Amino acid sequence: MNFSSEIAEPVTGTADPVLRLSGITKTFPGVRALSGVELALYPGQVTALVGENGAGKSTLVKILTGIYQPDEGSIVVDGAEARFPTATAAAHAGVTAIHQETVLFDDLSVAENIFLGHAPRGRFGLIDWTRMYADATEILTRIGARLDARTPLRELGIASKHLVAIARALSIEARVVVMDEPTAALSQAEIEELYDLVDRLKAEGKAILFISHKFDEIFRIADRYTIFRDGEMVDAGMIGDITENALVEKMVGRSVDTIFPERIRAVGEEILTVAGYSHPTEFADINFKLRRGEILGFYGLVGAGRSEFMQALFGVTKPSKGAVRIDGKVAVIRSPAEAVARGIVYVPEDRGKQGAITAMPIFQNVTLPSLSRTSRSGFLNMAEEFALARTYTERLELRAAALDQDVGELSGGNQQKVVIAKWLATKPKVIILDEPTKGIDVGSKAAVHAFMAELAAEGLSVIMVSSEIPEILGMSDRVIVMREGRIAAEFDRDGLTPEKLVRAAAGYEESAA
Amino acid sequence: MSQADTLSARRIPDRLNGTGARFLKSWELLLFGIAVLIFLANTQASPYFLDPWNLSDATFNFTEKAMVAFAMALLIISGEIDLSVAGIIALASTAMGWALQYGIGTPGLICIGLTVGLLCGAFNGVLVTRLGLPSIVVTIGTMSLFRGISYIVLGDQAFNGYPESFAWLGRGYVFWVISFELVLFLAFALVYGVILHFTNFGRHIFTIGNNATAATFSGIRVERVKMILFLLTGLMSGIAAVCLTARLGSTRPSIASAWELEIVTMVALGGVSILGGSGSILGVVIAALVMGMVTFGLGLLNVPGIVMLIFIGALLIGVIALPRLIALVRTGKA
Amino acid sequence: MILRLLKSREGILLAALLALLVLVESRFSGFAAPGNLAAVFNDTSILIILALGQTLVILTRCIDLSVASNLALTGMVTAMLNAAFPGIPVVVLIAIAVALGTLLGAFNGILVWKLGIPPIVVTLGTLTIYRGMVFLLSNGSWVNSHEMSAAYKAFPRAVFLGLPVLSWIALIVIAGFAIGVTRTPLGRAFYAVGGNPHAAVYTGIDVGGTRFAAFTISGALAGLCGYLWVSRYAVAYVDVAGGFELDVVAACVIGGISIAGGMGTVGGAVLGALFLGVIKNALPVAGISPFWQLAISGAAIIIAVAFNARGSRKPGRIILKSAERTA
Repeated sequence: MNFSSEIAEPVTGTADPVLRLSGITKTFPGVRALSGVELALYPGQVTALVGENGAGKSTLVKILTGIYQPDEGSIVVDGAEARFPTATAAAHAGVTAIHQETVLFDDLSVAENIFLGHAPRGRFGLIDWTRMYADATEILTRIGARLDARTPLRELGIASKHLVAIARALSIEARVVVMDEPTAALSQAEIEELYDLVDRLKAEGKAILFISHKFDEIFRIADRYTIFRDGEMVDAGMIGDITENALVEKMVGRSVDTIFPERIRAVGEEILTVAGYSHPTEFADINFKLRRGEILGFYGLVGAGRSEFMQALFGVTKPSKGAVRIDGKVAVIRSPAEAVARGIVYVPEDRGKQGAITAMPIFQNVTLPSLSRTSRSGFLNMAEEFALARTYTERLELRAAALDQDVGELSGGNQQKVVIAKWLATKPKVIILDEPTKGIDVGSKAAVHAFMAELAAEGLSVIMVSSEIPEILGMSDRVIVMREGRIAAEFDRDGLTPEKLVRAAAGYEESAA
Repeated sequence: MSQADTLSARRIPDRLNGTGARFLKSWELLLFGIAVLIFLANTQASPYFLDPWNLSDATFNFTEKAMVAFAMALLIISGEIDLSVAGIIALASTAMGWALQYGIGTPGLICIGLTVGLLCGAFNGVLVTRLGLPSIVVTIGTMSLFRGISYIVLGDQAFNGYPESFAWLGRGYVFWVISFELVLFLAFALVYGVILHFTNFGRHIFTIGNNATAATFSGIRVERVKMILFLLTGLMSGIAAVCLTARLGSTRPSIASAWELEIVTMVALGGVSILGGSGSILGVVIAALVMGMVTFGLGLLNVPGIVMLIFIGALLIGVIALPRLIALVRTGKA
Repeated sequence: MILRLLKSREGILLAALLALLVLVESRFSGFAAPGNLAAVFNDTSILIILALGQTLVILTRCIDLSVASNLALTGMVTAMLNAAFPGIPVVVLIAIAVALGTLLGAFNGILVWKLGIPPIVVTLGTLTIYRGMVFLLSNGSWVNSHEMSAAYKAFPRAVFLGLPVLSWIALIVIAGFAIGVTRTPLGRAFYAVGGNPHAAVYTGIDVGGTRFAAFTISGALAGLCGYLWVSRYAVAYVDVAGGFELDVVAACVIGGISIAGGMGTVGGAVLGALFLGVIKNALPVAGISPFWQLAISGAAIIIAVAFNARGSRKPGRIILKSAERTA
């Protein structure tokens, strides 16, 4: 218990690790998520874990926090072998994690979200609410979050929820703190406060595992790095011994600048106009125009309201005001069915929940919105369905055993191809791609990019929502940046730099506020 | 998975497994085997079982319930449920009995029965699709409401004196031992089988049951499909009310009590996933035969009705539990 | 504070309950007299106890439709034991009732937990199985008042500090729930599991185990009510409390326990049960046939669920700064 006070003074790299993972392997049906990875976390040091989406980082976090059990390998805490069969066991061993907002409880108060599972107890072992509110307020103040501990969580925005997640992690007497993209949804001012917090935790002798996609951030606060690629540990060492380019190259496994296809800009007449689109809580005052054959990028932090706006444009949610014109004519879109009928289609970010119907065969997924064309007076025609599905899946170079295979059996990249094929079969005018390459392998990623360029060249207009700066810079003709539900800036491709994007997305101007 | 990745991208075959191979592993075939076994057991239980008229009598045990079960199967595949079907039958029957007091003839009675069924279905449908309420609670509520109205109208009384032409709908024979109800049952089996398995609408039902969000995101009008399914379930309950009232020749507020349970059991036994997304009408047809024969067989052995309910309750849990239990034991040993 | 109470579901429900009492009192003077209200509470006690057990189950996103059958079976067992062996003390009979009820509830729970069968299917099945077992046990015959011992019948009616023991039991259960649900880790786990099962796993809460606990507690209370019901009405037969599970669910839904899980309070469930209790007791006073009761329960469920859903419609994510509530 007094362990943390013994090592309160800053420690050098020669100390023994608090926690060491070795030979960790985890297999899911059809996928080997981790194969024999190593990871060591040292007291008073920040270890950055880098890797592309799908490299196995989140699986590792789940093993560290007792959600998953490794198939092979050992976890050693303070030199002794440990097992984390439940999340509680991991917490008892002093491992805590800052997860994304999705692992909190909307119906419970801020204080209870922080203390659920380890609430302060009073007489007869009953939960002491007065102390819980006081303790919660104290932790919130410590991390600089101006939140009322009694507020129900559902009344908070995404950034505030993230602060609650951080407070929860700190409410446990921990020696190892896992931070899974902790700055993804924070504004610049909040990020600075988080860096201060990390420094304080380091000074307290805590070992920190810091997962991030932002390289400037990694080089600023990390002491060590570990790189994962395709479920394997590629490299590890001191951050001072590696350059940013070397880090990226090891992460991707090849040189970076060849990924994006060459495009000739051939933008035609105006096809879509959005004016004054607003929603009571999600976005406000969205105005833009889209032209034939154009790729329009939408950049912003996680939770900036991009997906929410796109879903309103696609008719899933209703805007409170605003108008859409397609080919100059006013279009009222109240449902996805109406959007599809008017030539707007949407490839969602959440493939498993909103995109693919995983328990149904490939051909049925592809023909779903086009059934009226493949059928006669409402009766199915399998031969035509297979023909239509074949045309589009082969064009996208889908890899599958058969067209009647369930989509759930395919890899993430191939599932994405099925969803895109489904929409191309409807011959749309505008295709909205929401994080089109999130969580898919490098090969499929390049294929999706190449295909996107091909579609634009054929005259299809593309809206691409992406949080990856290279993708935004590599693919877009024009970029709109959203922040906190509003358009923060609009840039032309020429002369656009990553700095300009980050500045607009994080709201640097307001960092003093 | 890995095999799929290494295959050539150029030419993907349509189908991996033959239809025959899939049928051999299907729930329907297993269920059919059970049906045959129960049939054989029944022939051993009573020498009178094989008499054509006895067999024909046996069909009345399931025809009315199965008609509702077909529509219920579609509704459950789409991810909803209607527990008010027996309440609808009671209300529709009460409405017909009430109209009878004003001298309405057979065609009028049929119209009233079907209309009340449709209206009840519409009421459920509006509450679920327009107000976005969970169907399980809504239909627990309407189940009491519909039957409650019958109790308000009838109390401990009953409506009697249905005309002969009306009674034919429940007791009449079309040809030899083939009853009107049996013909209706077979016709509806065919109609619902075609709707579910061979139309765009049927494909939409499966899609919604598998993933309603993705269905919405694919441009399917989910609420409209569900509304139609609630209407169909109400209509089929109305038809069942006509047949049952005609067969019994009287209406009491307790008519068709606990049928919702037997109908849901029939659907689940037929291999329809209670969580939605999969199932077949063929399975429901065989399940209807199994349940009808079990009831009839136990009847031949003079087993009282409430004990049959135990059997049906155990069947409901058993058919769903057994495959999961086997899987649990298997993974436990592995 | 008062404003918050007025805006909460419980506040609205309390106002509706008071309005109902005023309405009945204005037509039939004497209904709202303290003595009569105590009688109404006593009459509603069993519904309150069952509604509280059901509340836990519904909080975890499940439903228990087998409570009335559980009640009938345990009630019949205690009645038959009492008739056969009048010497068994009442306390032992109550213990047997609670133990048997717990077992029946645990059976539901284990099917939901270990086999992952949807709760509605499990409890629809056990609803008929438990009810059928009453028939098998009793062979369809009744246990009548004259076959029961005096002590067996007297216990729930015995008056203690001005209230019958039945009312006291309900009050104790209410108090136990009020503390247990708000101030114990298990109580909070019911909310967590129903509110966000995925997040509950990350918090180290065993989702299946918590559901099992809810079903077991609901079963135990149904067992307790089995004895209370049979001794109070001094008769046991197959159809005891037939369809009462609907009243129990109705009380919860009226009390604002969200069927989607994770939302609801002990106070709400109690008020929901009292609301139904007042209606049931006001009907004969108003000269309305008891045949109306089923339809009124049904209508009450529908109105309540529609009303509750209106308040909890998903308002969308909060992204705009102006929409957020902070300190």
